[in-house]
Amino acid sequence: MIRRSAEPLLWMVFSAGGVVAALVLPMLLFLFGVAFPLGWITPPSAMHLSSVIGHPLTRLALVLVCTVSLFHAAHRFRYTLYDGLQIKHLNEIIALACYGGAIAGSLVSVYLLATF
Amino acid sequence: MAHIAEHYTAYHPRWLRTHVSTYWWLRKRSYFAFILREISSVFVAWSVVYLLLIVYAVGRGPAAYEELLEWSRDPWVILVNVSSLLLVSFHAVTWFNLAPQALVVRFGHTHLPGSLISASNYAAWVVVSAIIAWTLIGG
Repeated sequence: MIRRSAEPLLWMVFSAGGVVAALVLPMLLFLFGVAFPLGWITPPSAMHLSSVIGHPLTRLALVLVCTVSLFHAAHRFRYTLYDGLQIKHLNEIIALACYGGAIAGSLVSVYLLATF
Repeated sequence: MAHIAEHYTAYHPRWLRTHVSTYWWLRKRSYFAFILREISSVFVAWSVVYLLLIVYAVGRGPAAYEELLEWSRDPWVILVNVSSLLLVSFHAVTWFNLAPQALVVRFGHTHLPGSLISASNYAAWVVVSAIIAWTLIGG
């Protein structure tokens, strides 16, 4: 049996997630994390947000953003633990925790946006 | 790394590998920037969680959404989100600056200059951010 390494695929998703996270997350964080809470800008009404999220394209985009960003984060964090803390001997457990977390988060995002 | 007992023989020379401190990344500015960029992954993950909390609250109705807005004004939550904004933006800038090294665009025998690839990434950042802001607060 030929065992193919998942590594190239993981690096590809890492890279896709890196682009998506860089393009989308800063503005969302600025608005929902800083500008709305500090009262710089009036937050949108629940009705407006509900109609924005209700649009199929938004939901598709959000699932994509959540999924690839989480895999990006998981992959990078896995290597941070390798290089930063030099705990290479925990290889399998770390990979399982990182990608497991990303899979769980992705499933939650799919569930939330499919049932919205 | 285990400490090797000090009886060297011709066939077992002294180890050349030196122990690397766990805090090696504090030694140089560039090492620290590297680890800071690596740590941004935690904040990317948090951003997704925060985003999903917003979606969940909006889905439960106006009262739940108001409750979430109230929670987002908690100083601790603001602190986490400001840190996230800084580190995720740091990730974005380093990522866009690195793009020319990952992506080489060729036209026949000439290469598209790297600065143009970076610039197009920044342009995309501005456009995407404007669309998000306009969708949420404009219109």
